[in-house]
Amino acid sequence: MKIGLFIPCYIDQIYPQVGVATVKILKKLGVKFDYPLNQTCCGQPAFNTGYWEEAKTIAENFKNIFSDFDYIVSPSGSCTSMVKNFYPEILQDSNDWENKTFELSDFLVNVLGVDSTGAEFPHTVAYHDSCHALRELGIKNEPRLLLRNVKKLKLVEIENSEDCCGFGGTFSVKFPEISTEMVKDKVKSIVNSGAEFVTSTDSSCLMHIFGYAKRKNFKVKIIHIAEILANF
Amino acid sequence: MNYTPQKFSINAKRALENEKLRANLTRAIKHTLTKRTEVVSELSNWEELRQLAHDIKKHTIENLGYYLELFEKRAIENGINVLWAKDGNEAREFVIEIAKKAKAKLCVKSKSMVTEEIGLREFLEENGIETVETDLGEFIVQLANEMPSHITAPAMHKSRDEIGELFAEKLGVELTTEPEKLTAIARKILREKFLNADIGISGANFLVAETGSIVIVENEGNAGLTTTLPKIHIAIAGIEKVIPRLVDLTIFFKILGRSATAQRFTSYVSIINSPRKNKPDSPEEIYIILLDNGRTELLKSEKLKPALYCIKCGACMLACPVYQRVGGHTYGSIYPGPIGSVLTPTMFGFNEAKVLPFASSLCGRCYEICPVKIEIHHILLWLRHEAVQKNLTSKLEKIVFKLWTISMRNVKLYELGASLMRFVSKIGLQPKFKNWTKTRDFPQLAEKSFREIWRKELKNDFK
Ligand code: SF4
Repeated sequence: MKIGLFIPCYIDQIYPQVGVATVKILKKLGVKFDYPLNQTCCGQPAFNTGYWEEAKTIAENFKNIFSDFDYIVSPSGSCTSMVKNFYPEILQDSNDWENKTFELSDFLVNVLGVDSTGAEFPHTVAYHDSCHALRELGIKNEPRLLLRNVKKLKLVEIENSEDCCGFGGTFSVKFPEISTEMVKDKVKSIVNSGAEFVTSTDSSCLMHIFGYAKRKNFKVKIIHIAEILANF
Repeated sequence: MNYTPQKFSINAKRALENEKLRANLTRAIKHTLTKRTEVVSELSNWEELRQLAHDIKKHTIENLGYYLELFEKRAIENGINVLWAKDGNEAREFVIEIAKKAKAKLCVKSKSMVTEEIGLREFLEENGIETVETDLGEFIVQLANEMPSHITAPAMHKSRDEIGELFAEKLGVELTTEPEKLTAIARKILREKFLNADIGISGANFLVAETGSIVIVENEGNAGLTTTLPKIHIAIAGIEKVIPRLVDLTIFFKILGRSATAQRFTSYVSIINSPRKNKPDSPEEIYIILLDNGRTELLKSEKLKPALYCIKCGACMLACPVYQRVGGHTYGSIYPGPIGSVLTPTMFGFNEAKVLPFASSLCGRCYEICPVKIEIHHILLWLRHEAVQKNLTSKLEKIVFKLWTISMRNVKLYELGASLMRFVSKIGLQPKFKNWTKTRDFPQLAEKSFREIWRKELKNDFK
């Protein structure tokens, strides 16, 4: 079983600790994998903005790198959804992207059959459902199961946890006012939940949430789920 | 009308600052969505019903010609006049011809989105025929000279207080904000109109092919009166409204009421089969105008076809985080919200409405709630692609994505680009993306990228 690790570009450059945590988890579980160094992006920013030709160019690049793997694992619901749901459409190739691409928590629970990584995290944590993980990939229970089994962690639900944080890629800069109103409500419900940390499968949502919270001086700390699960 | 889709962004800003509007929207939407969850969750087979409804719609749209012809045949056998209108113009001409022949002076109208689509009321009024909306919400927006802001709750943007003030101002009645009293005022006016109307104009929720029936669901009884009291009844329906069998209604009734108004069942259902000469409760003539108006264009595209499954329940609007905050008028179209952002550019002109497919975070709430399972968010994605193909996006954006693609397809350039950005930000020259940074902080690039850490620290562990 050949497993390829895909660390999306913005995690690579902005949140490398998420990649490091992912590696730590896989290593602890004894999973053999490879991290191909010539990987870059999945093409989603272009795809979601309508630039499918450009996205296809990037997808071809990705294909050359990841075709040979039986599984592709990534700590991002959003980029996983791009590969899993939209590559078949833009590439029209023989790869079974749909069945071989997995978001990390999905992979841990549903492929490896793991329900705990043996981590400890003595904090109150709220889980934010990223739209792509939840509605494009159907991931809802997996992250919660893993978090509940983290020692000393208190998991709280936030009101309207399934509401979008307002990021939406280029939506956030094309319609900054609407996007800001959305993240405002998201931050409000996180603050109301009393959680010290908000976590998610997606650093992009967390980046947006933190960007607004910090500007408004709300004490909201963000942490990617992989970072919590790697805290052993 | 000062709202157009071109002005979406400006409209949105204005709406976001309108506290009264925001409060009205929030109150109405929260109320309906909470109730909807209640009446949906009591059905254990909701997902199956959605799938069934989707399958029936899909089957019908795939065989639309067949079912339309069957409907036409049966309707004619029942004594209904069937007219085919290519566009709004033809439909309006049919109506005015009938009206002129009947020397009509007054029309009553029940709620119908296609008549809004073709501006029928305005057209009739211009031709000297008084035309009155009899659905309470439509009556309110007609009085206010506004557009409906939601397809099943047209006056959703208004509070009770505002409606009271409107009635006092326009109808000269005493100021009241009690719903019962307001309804009674409207009733009194409408009763007179019903009794004197020459023509009743309605839409249709479903057209049943096997029986040739016109089906209308409603809550106020006004559609029942519109279609029975006047001597002539004209129904106008988009060609996508046809369904194969009468029994299919059992599924659609279950999902439509719940999705549109959070009701288990709407208060009234009219199943109209034929005119009944010399009977008091039936018109002497019934016409059904089958309207295309861009629908066969949608039919030609595999990607857009599913938009024709829409049963116009309005649920996707209520569930949409954008609509929830900016309201229906912002979209500048009688079809607002997620499905509106599909229909407006594809039916009424892509150029004018090109911004709409982008006005979504693609969160998928619309698909999740849609009772006929239209993947609205994915159609929006497709339309963004169409906008690019039609060369409707900005030059700057195109250049940005070209450059971005060049740097992302080659790992050397990607790494070089990242180093450059690090350097630029180190000397304090990083670009300010104002549209982001006006309200939100933007993170710095990490000191070391993951790949660097991997190369230097992690990789060897795995060899
Ligand atoms: S797209 Fe679906 S949810 Fe939206 S109005 Fe049509 S049927 Fe209702």
